[in-house]
Amino acid sequence: VSTTTYAAAPPAGTALDIARAVASGDRSAREVVDTHLERIAEVDPELHAFNEVLAEQARDEADRIDRAVAAGDAVGPLAGVPVALKDNLCTRGVATTCSSRILEGWRPPYDATVVERLRAAGAITVGKTNLDEFAMGSSTENSAFGPTCNPHDTGRVPGGSSGGSAAAVAAGLAPIALGSDTGGSIRQPAALCGVVGVKPTYGRVSRYGLVAFASSLDQIGPFASTVADAASVLDVIAGHDARDSTSIPEEPASCAAALDAGVAGLRIGVVQELTGEGVEPAVVDAVRAAAAALEAAGAEIGEASVPATTYGVTAYYLIAPAEASSNLARYDGVRYGLRVDAATTGEMMTATRTAGFGAEVKRRIMLGTYALSAGYYDAYYGKALKVRTLIIRDFAAAYERFDLLLCPTSPTTAFRFGDRADPLAMYLNDVCTIPSNLSGDPAISVPFGADANGLPIGVQVLAPGLQEPSMFRAAAVLEGAVAR
Amino acid sequence: MSEPLIVTSETTGKRWEVVVGLEVHAELATATKMFSGAPNSFGGEPNTLIDPVTLGLPGSLPVVNRRAVELGIRVGLALHCTVQRSTFARKNYFYPDMPKDYQISQYDEPLNVDGWLELPEGTRIGIERAHLEEDTGKSSHQGGDGRIHGAESSLVDYNRAGVPLIEIVGRPDLRSGDDARAYVSELRAILVAIGASDGKMEEGSLRVDANVSVRPEGFDQLGLRCEIKNVNSLRSLGRAIEYEARRQVDVIEAGERVRQETRHWDEEAGRTRAGRSKEQAEDYRYFLEPDLVVLDPPKDWIDEIGAELPALPAARRAALAGAAGVAPADVAIHVDRGLDELALASIGLGADPGRVLTHVEHDLAVDGAADLAPAHLAELVRMETAGALTATQAKSVLAEVVEKGESPAAVAAAHGFEAMDTGALEAAVEKVIAENPGDWAEYVDGDEKKRKKLAGAFMGKLMKATQGKADGKAAMALLEQRRASG
Repeated sequence: VSTTTYAAAPPAGTALDIARAVASGDRSAREVVDTHLERIAEVDPELHAFNEVLAEQARDEADRIDRAVAAGDAVGPLAGVPVALKDNLCTRGVATTCSSRILEGWRPPYDATVVERLRAAGAITVGKTNLDEFAMGSSTENSAFGPTCNPHDTGRVPGGSSGGSAAAVAAGLAPIALGSDTGGSIRQPAALCGVVGVKPTYGRVSRYGLVAFASSLDQIGPFASTVADAASVLDVIAGHDARDSTSIPEEPASCAAALDAGVAGLRIGVVQELTGEGVEPAVVDAVRAAAAALEAAGAEIGEASVPATTYGVTAYYLIAPAEASSNLARYDGVRYGLRVDAATTGEMMTATRTAGFGAEVKRRIMLGTYALSAGYYDAYYGKALKVRTLIIRDFAAAYERFDLLLCPTSPTTAFRFGDRADPLAMYLNDVCTIPSNLSGDPAISVPFGADANGLPIGVQVLAPGLQEPSMFRAAAVLEGAVAR
Repeated sequence: MSEPLIVTSETTGKRWEVVVGLEVHAELATATKMFSGAPNSFGGEPNTLIDPVTLGLPGSLPVVNRRAVELGIRVGLALHCTVQRSTFARKNYFYPDMPKDYQISQYDEPLNVDGWLELPEGTRIGIERAHLEEDTGKSSHQGGDGRIHGAESSLVDYNRAGVPLIEIVGRPDLRSGDDARAYVSELRAILVAIGASDGKMEEGSLRVDANVSVRPEGFDQLGLRCEIKNVNSLRSLGRAIEYEARRQVDVIEAGERVRQETRHWDEEAGRTRAGRSKEQAEDYRYFLEPDLVVLDPPKDWIDEIGAELPALPAARRAALAGAAGVAPADVAIHVDRGLDELALASIGLGADPGRVLTHVEHDLAVDGAADLAPAHLAELVRMETAGALTATQAKSVLAEVVEKGESPAAVAAAHGFEAMDTGALEAAVEKVIAENPGDWAEYVDGDEKKRKKLAGAFMGKLMKATQGKADGKAAMALLEQRRASG
């Protein structure tokens, strides 16, 4: 089978390059945007990273920024930088589909907080990216609008659920993108597409305007082609938001400012439970090589144990569906989106949900409904919450010995379409990423080498809550080691 | 407590006791909704008092209204509850007027627990809990019998969706419809007094569900209960409870079991009807609301709210009753109308308590009464007791004082009101007697019933002749004097 490679460096340079050039007047934002729109027009019909490209709106925004620069007005730290938004982030007046039929025709009357913050920083939205329906999946195969292809091999999945955003950055369609990560939905596609992906500390980035999948686990984060770009985007979107009650009030420390600090003296533990059985040898080798690179840069490397992470997938697939079963109840055909008429209101709701949701969404709604049901709550949802508490406790114990932890992002590199037809096999893809969602701690996936087929491998750096700056220090060192 | 309602079986003569526990939902008087900045007000055009959170739009998130929490704590303290660390949960069920298809409520960790409410006559009714939650929208079903089943179409208004509610769950300590009415009436008075709610049952800002069961008189165990909904007035509440108690006794005496179910009160038919059977009981799948954090009001704040709590109706009744030398229940209406301070101050200024209470009860159920200066009411009563104004004159002077804010003396003078002196009154009485010799003869010779009737007629004629200036009490005494002396 012959496949095409669309992986490419950002055609107009990194986000930081673009922002500097646009702010200084060396380049116009319009030219930057046009370059990316051309690349999208050329490549995206094949990749299908985008559900919708906002060409006209992006050009208008670019012109607005160019006028501001010409007038000598202050422009933000991401001036003129094209950004791709996962299509579960609300954009005022622009369809927000979650790649689901059930939201057909719905245009939010408001922007997500992250969208407001990016715009205020000068970033320009070029489009809404494809995802597994309602962010439920690890391959984008669950999109109602068809899957996204991996730019490194169009016969393979880009990962998921934020596969569109990861592919967009990997193919040079946008230098940066936002995704959401509930069980690894930023980090796993970042790893499979060979880009940087960050899941911040729960509460660090406002969820206002993110269409909820599992509220206690969801967190928005950036994709970028470089660690520095990812840090800059996170610095822009992080911070307290009164519209999200779970938002952390403390001012975030700058990630960009920490990048050059190195890892000398940092204690970094390789998580044993996540770096052995079930992980492809090439991925294990990459993690070992990453540990060696960090050690060479002055970090102390050791073996860490976080035993309860073994039960992470099981607990996650009770907690996340339970919350989802409630979060997705509102798609009932009454107020917005799809409505399939029927004789009674109840039958209309059933018909709408039957037609509007895909198989995986229905599966998780049923799982979650069951887990919360009277008589089963204690055995399923209740027990899963206890596992979550144990995972938090085990991480806390590990962080008494280590400043950071290291493990794979995904146990495998990108797999072929249809390769994980069994839902359980698909769920196991998330084994290395889920623990951070359950604990609420931050994690970053950094590209680190490739397997025998040339498919990218990602390694994951985990940090205690709010320790994003030290996490970025290690990520920068790993990125530097790859470059050499 | 009033007399317990005992239902006596017509066939067996067996005596059954009624047990009632009430769940009261009160809309909190906040400016905005429970979890968003959309306005909280009654009667707007449909679907105008909404925002993304109210509609549960994808991506919207709830944020707790601080003022609603404050009012919730006020209610808890006024009901002698423990205010505690609490959490919000989701109650999941599908219904078109509920925008998210779940209701955010407090479940196993409510804001207020373990309090009591004292009825005017002194009985304490236990309060299990008083928790915060959000209201639903309103559906109106077109066609059919107005219920969702059998309707041709439904319209939904989300203005009420997200309005803050406090649900006050009382213990099954009530024993009759009268008790239940007294409880709701007192609870409403408390909610209004502390500014937590406007307490309007007719606008639905106060809603009552009654859990009713029966048991053989003297039994300790509770019988199976039915929840009665759609009770829209105090009168209906009493009727519904009495109807339901008799129905349950009939069911049991017919050898059947009472089914635990929700029943709707049909005001026109005067009966309760079964709703959907609890056999297909909803499983609400409660779980902790992940979009909200723990609500743990600092002790300082609770203390501050407690310190600022106004005097409650019970204390106000006691104060006024003490000053007036009457029973607390006799001044309930004065406190309900919020005129107890006026009465208390007027009595404090030396006015006759009985006259003050009478005027407040009968003559001041009018707009502007609350602004009446205690000194003016006291002055009016003094003029009256000194014989300078008749009761009739006092009444009309009072109305004008309330309306114009002028002093009673000024108003009375402007009308030329003054009580007739004794000589003039005697002359007027003699004149009326002379003009009605037949009636007078009957008055003198008639039995008590006859005399009472004729006394009324004489007084009417006297008032007409004197243009209301005659003091009724003094004139009556003169009539009796004349009769006795022949």
